Amino acid sequence: MSAKKTLFDKVWDSHVVHQIENGPDVLFIDRHMVHEVTSPVAFLGLKNRNIGVMHPEKTFATADHNTPTINQHLPVADPLSANQLKMLEANANEHGISYWGLGHEKNGIVHVVGPEYGITVPGATIVCGDSHTSTHGAFGAIAFGIGTSEVEMVLATQCIMQPKPKRMRINITGELQYGVTPKDVALFIISQLTTSGATGYFVEYAGDVFKNMSMEGRMTVCNLSIEMGARGGMIAPDEKTFEYIKGREFAPTGSAWDKAMTYWETLYTDDDSIFDKELTFDGSAIEPMITYGTNPGMGMGISKSIPNYDETQGAASSYKKSLQYMQFGEGDAMIGKPIDFVFIGSCTNGRIEDFRAFASVVKGRKKADNVTAWLVPGSHKVEAAIKEEGLLDIFTEAGFELREPGCSACLAMNDDKIPAGKLAVSTSNRNFEGRQGPGSRTLLASPLVAAAAAVTGKVTDPRELMQEVVAG
Amino acid sequence: MAYDKFNILTSTAVPLPIENVDTDQIIPARFLKATERKGFGDNLFRDWRYNQDNTPKEDFILNNPIYGGEILVGGKNFGSGSSREHAAWAVYDYGFRCVISSFFADIFRNNCLNIGVLPVQVSAEFLQKIFGEIEKDPKAKFEVNLPEQKVTILATGESESFDINTYKKGNMTNGFDDIDYLLNIKKDIQEFAENRPI
Repeated sequence: MSAKKTLFDKVWDSHVVHQIENGPDVLFIDRHMVHEVTSPVAFLGLKNRNIGVMHPEKTFATADHNTPTINQHLPVADPLSANQLKMLEANANEHGISYWGLGHEKNGIVHVVGPEYGITVPGATIVCGDSHTSTHGAFGAIAFGIGTSEVEMVLATQCIMQPKPKRMRINITGELQYGVTPKDVALFIISQLTTSGATGYFVEYAGDVFKNMSMEGRMTVCNLSIEMGARGGMIAPDEKTFEYIKGREFAPTGSAWDKAMTYWETLYTDDDSIFDKELTFDGSAIEPMITYGTNPGMGMGISKSIPNYDETQGAASSYKKSLQYMQFGEGDAMIGKPIDFVFIGSCTNGRIEDFRAFASVVKGRKKADNVTAWLVPGSHKVEAAIKEEGLLDIFTEAGFELREPGCSACLAMNDDKIPAGKLAVSTSNRNFEGRQGPGSRTLLASPLVAAAAAVTGKVTDPRELMQEVVAG
Repeated sequence: MAYDKFNILTSTAVPLPIENVDTDQIIPARFLKATERKGFGDNLFRDWRYNQDNTPKEDFILNNPIYGGEILVGGKNFGSGSSREHAAWAVYDYGFRCVISSFFADIFRNNCLNIGVLPVQVSAEFLQKIFGEIEKDPKAKFEVNLPEQKVTILATGESESFDINTYKKGNMTNGFDDIDYLLNIKKDIQEFAENRPI
C-alpha cells in the first residue's frame, strides 16, 4: 500500500525533476504568469546570458501593476510606467509569449485573468513574480510568488529551486454567520496566526466553510495566505472547481479534459495524512473583520476595541509605532471612525462576486459626501459583467463611478494614491505604512464592510444595513 | 548572474529594532518602475529615511553618521510582504552584504540568497545581545563566518551558529548561480517536460 499523502505532497512530488541533497528541489513549473514590474531585469538577464525562454507556451504576460485606471485609451502619461509597459510588450513579442497589455480585451490583474481564462488548473505548479500568486491555490494548484532572479530562472529553464515547505492544515468548521465573507475568514485566520505564523509552511484549507465557499471566495482566502507568512495555500478541487474551469478558453477539451479529470480527481489529502501543524477554528464565531494597524495580522471583529499592547504578541515598541502611524489609541472602538476613501478592487476582492456584495449594500443608498470611492474591477471580464448584470446602474444611482481594471490603489504604483493622513477602507491585501500612497492609512475589510463605510462615511457594521434590506 | 563571493565578513552594523519590517518599507512600490537593476539603494527605507519634501529625517538610523557598516540588524519577521526582489537589491545596493534577524519572511530570504546578500537567522536572545552591543558601542564589530556558519560579537567573543543548506552555502561561498546549475541539467528538464500531462 502506498504511503498516505497530503494534497500538497501529491502535487509537489509529481513536479520534482531533481533533488539536491541538503538543498532545494528542482521543481517543474506548469504555468508562469508575468507582469511588467518584476520581469524586465529577468529578461535582461536572459539577454546577458544569450539564452531564450524555454517554454513560451507555458508563459503568460499581462500588464496590471502600473496601469492607469482611467482613460486607458490614451498614452500612459508617466514616462517610467510607460517605459515598463513598453518593455514587457517588447519582451513578450521577442520571446513569443502571449501578451494581454493595456487595451487588450483579456487585460486585467494577473491573478484575476489566470482563473478567468482557464490557465489556472488543479494539480499545476504556478508561479509569478508577485506574492499573491497564492490565489491560484484555490483550484488545488501549488502556486506561489517568486523574486526576479527566480522569474529569470523559470523563463530560462521552466524550473525553480525551492526547499520543500512544511505542511499545515487549517480547518474551519461550521457555518459562517450572515454578513461574514471569505475575506473575513482570511483576516480572522491571519489575526490568529500573525503575519509570520505560517512562514515556512504551505497551507491546505479544509472543512465545511471552504467546501461551501464559491470558487471566487476560495481565491480570496488563498490570495491572503502570504499575509500569514505562508508560501501558499490550497484547497482540494471538487465539482465546483471542475464546473468553474470547464469551457474556459485555455482549459483542456475533449479527451484532454477526460484525461485531466482522471488526474484532478486524485487530488485530495488521503485520510490519516500527517501535517506538521494543524489548526481548527469554529467558523460560526467569526464576525465581519477590520484591521486597525499596519500589518494584516492586526485585525479584529468589527465590533471590538483595539487591544492593549499587553494583549498582543510581539514587541510593545513596534505595536505602539504602528498605532501611532494609524493615529489610533489602545482601546479605541473602530465602529464610528470617520473615513475618507473607499477602495474596492485588487487580486483579493476585485471579482464579480465582490462587486455584487458591494452593490447589495449600496443599492438604494447614496455615497457619503465625505468619501471618495474608487471601484476598480479586476479585469475587463469583471467590468463587462458589472455592466451586464446592472450593477453599474446601481453604482451610478448611488453616486459611484466605475474605473478601468488594474492593481490600482492596492499598491499605488499608478496615480491612484490615497493622500497622506487620509483613512481608507480597502478590500485589498496590505495595510502597511504608505502602501496605498505615502502617509496613507489603510483599514482592510470585506466588500460589505467597504460598502457600509462608503454610504455612511464611517466604519459601520454592514449587518446593520443588510438587515434593513432583508426586512424591507 | 554570478555575484560576489561571501566568506567571512567583519563589520560594524546598523540596528533597526523594529518587528515586521515589510518590503513596502524597504522599498515603496512607486520606486519599482526601473527596467534595470540600478540605483535602488537611494530609495532604501525611503519613507522612513526622508520627509515628503525629500529632506532627511534626522531621527532615522541611516541618517545618523555614527552608525554604518555592511551588516543590517532587523527585528523579527524581517522582509514580510511583497515578493519584490527590489527590496533585496536596495539592501545590497546601499552597501549591506548581510542581514541579521531572529526571523525572516520566506521570499525575502530567498531573494537575498539569490543575489549574494546573506540572511542570518539567530535566536531572539542573541539578537537582543547584538542590539545591546551596538547600543553600548555603535562601532562594535561583528564577524559573520559563512564557512563555519557562525556569527560572533567580537567585543565579548559570544557567538551563535546559524543554518543554511549546503547547496546555497556553496553558491554563496563560490559566487555560483542557480540558473547555471539548471542549465546544466537541461536535458533532464526537457525529458520531464515531455511527460507532463498539462
